[in-house]
Amino acid sequence: MLFEVDCITYSYPGQTALRDLSLTIPEGIRAALLGANGSGKSTLLRLLDGLYFPDSGTVRFRGEELIEEHFADDAFAYDFRRQVGMVFQNPDVQLFNPTVFDEVAFGPLQLRWPKSQVRERVAEILDRLRISHLKDRIPHRLSGGEKKRVALASVLILDPAVLLLDEPTASLDPRSQSQFIDLLVAWGGGTKSVITATHDLGDIEDIADRCYVLDAGQLVADRIPSEVLRDTDLLRRTNLVHAHRHRLPTGEIHSHPHLHRSEE
Amino acid sequence: MSGVHTHQRSHGNFVEHTIEGLHAAIARAMYADTLAGRAGLLQHIDPRVKLAGLLGLILATALSAKLWVICAILLVSVAGAGLSALSIPALMAPVWLSALTFTGAIAVPALFLTPGVAIYKFPNLDWPITAQGLTTAGFLILRAETSATLALLLVFTTPWTHILKALRVFRVPVVFVVALGMTFRYILLLLETAHEMFESRKSRTVGKMSSGDYRRLAVSSGAVLLSKSFQLSGEVFLAMQARGFRGEVYVLDEFRMSHRDWTALALFAGLSAAAIWAGR
Repeated sequence: MLFEVDCITYSYPGQTALRDLSLTIPEGIRAALLGANGSGKSTLLRLLDGLYFPDSGTVRFRGEELIEEHFADDAFAYDFRRQVGMVFQNPDVQLFNPTVFDEVAFGPLQLRWPKSQVRERVAEILDRLRISHLKDRIPHRLSGGEKKRVALASVLILDPAVLLLDEPTASLDPRSQSQFIDLLVAWGGGTKSVITATHDLGDIEDIADRCYVLDAGQLVADRIPSEVLRDTDLLRRTNLVHAHRHRLPTGEIHSHPHLHRSEE
Repeated sequence: MSGVHTHQRSHGNFVEHTIEGLHAAIARAMYADTLAGRAGLLQHIDPRVKLAGLLGLILATALSAKLWVICAILLVSVAGAGLSALSIPALMAPVWLSALTFTGAIAVPALFLTPGVAIYKFPNLDWPITAQGLTTAGFLILRAETSATLALLLVFTTPWTHILKALRVFRVPVVFVVALGMTFRYILLLLETAHEMFESRKSRTVGKMSSGDYRRLAVSSGAVLLSKSFQLSGEVFLAMQARGFRGEVYVLDEFRMSHRDWTALALFAGLSAAAIWAGR
């Protein structure tokens, strides 16, 4: 198993984000953590990335428990960071270096890769994501789509076996969303594990083989995407769809469930 | 400032003044980067060479005991600005004026208080201007003006991020350089956030606000920005950890010295040495 989450609870001051949540994520899978805002999916991603630690319960990565004591050990921490990469929802928090080149080089340098190899790999990944022309640019001056690409490049350069994505297409225009999804689908030739936290149902069948639906910090469904998309009651209950009303030519008001798709 | 788009200043509206101020700060930061990207003499030189060379000239200015040597360095730096596509009236003149105002305030008493040969006496005033006082004031003002011009040459011809990296030549710790770079980057982000906050406030403000409202708005905006900056710093730290940061920062130094850079370094070294020797 890639991740085993067993009965975890996690609270922020005055608010419980995850409550008695258990799930397992197999190796090589493309998984989606689905849920409305505040459902706990971003918190869960941070627990899977060893950035937060649960108040109770356990999170295991390939059988190894993710606890603070293990991360105090350099060998464990470097190995884990090499294997698991995370792209944050807000690219501004992830782009803290003076230039795009430095940004992409940051991860491998912290993992003590030889500098010549870092230079080579940065050039390679920038070229692969078609952002070589941005290498000397200051990250905060980039457009939203460019920032997302740079953030993705800064993680993909480590060639992680597991990629955690927090709302990867949020605030992107439709064209950038589509390009970003294409990149993710093509990445690793389908051999890597990708876990995406999202409330966007539009691309769910493209990016996920399995959906974990969260509501108020609890797991309420663990199914394949087509089943989740067909279960209107589940989607309505978890605020992933809402009633869409419009007037028919006859003057009658018609109402039906409405999915949030990236094009809309 | 030439090239920086500024709004017409309106009177009596705190929100508008704040928006204008934030806009101008962002525009200035962007304009400095635009200047650094122009095709000019100094823009093409390695930042480390520029930093070391211009610091050498500032040192020569400080050490010189002869006014003509300082004047010569000032002339060289003005010529450097011209060759680097920097507008003297728009960029240098305002700084010269500020330096003159501040240094002048310190230098004026020296005109009268330095003992020496009286060369002029104001009618009805017992304090004569002395030749030695005039020389002392001249040194103070010229040194300040020349040093400010040299510093401007560096700032306007080098991206801020490259200046920071170049600091490592002087063994400034990496963590300090990285922290400065991140501070600059996130100050700009917070400036943009503050700008949006005040624009949003303006869109919902009708009529004139009382001075009490101004104060409340300033304090609440400051509190919101502080809270946002705390949240942002926490998130940035997590993002750094997620990519392997363990408390020590490792960075890449991608500067490469070309023949032109070595020539510039030799020229800077020669000029500084000659100025120090001539100014003894």
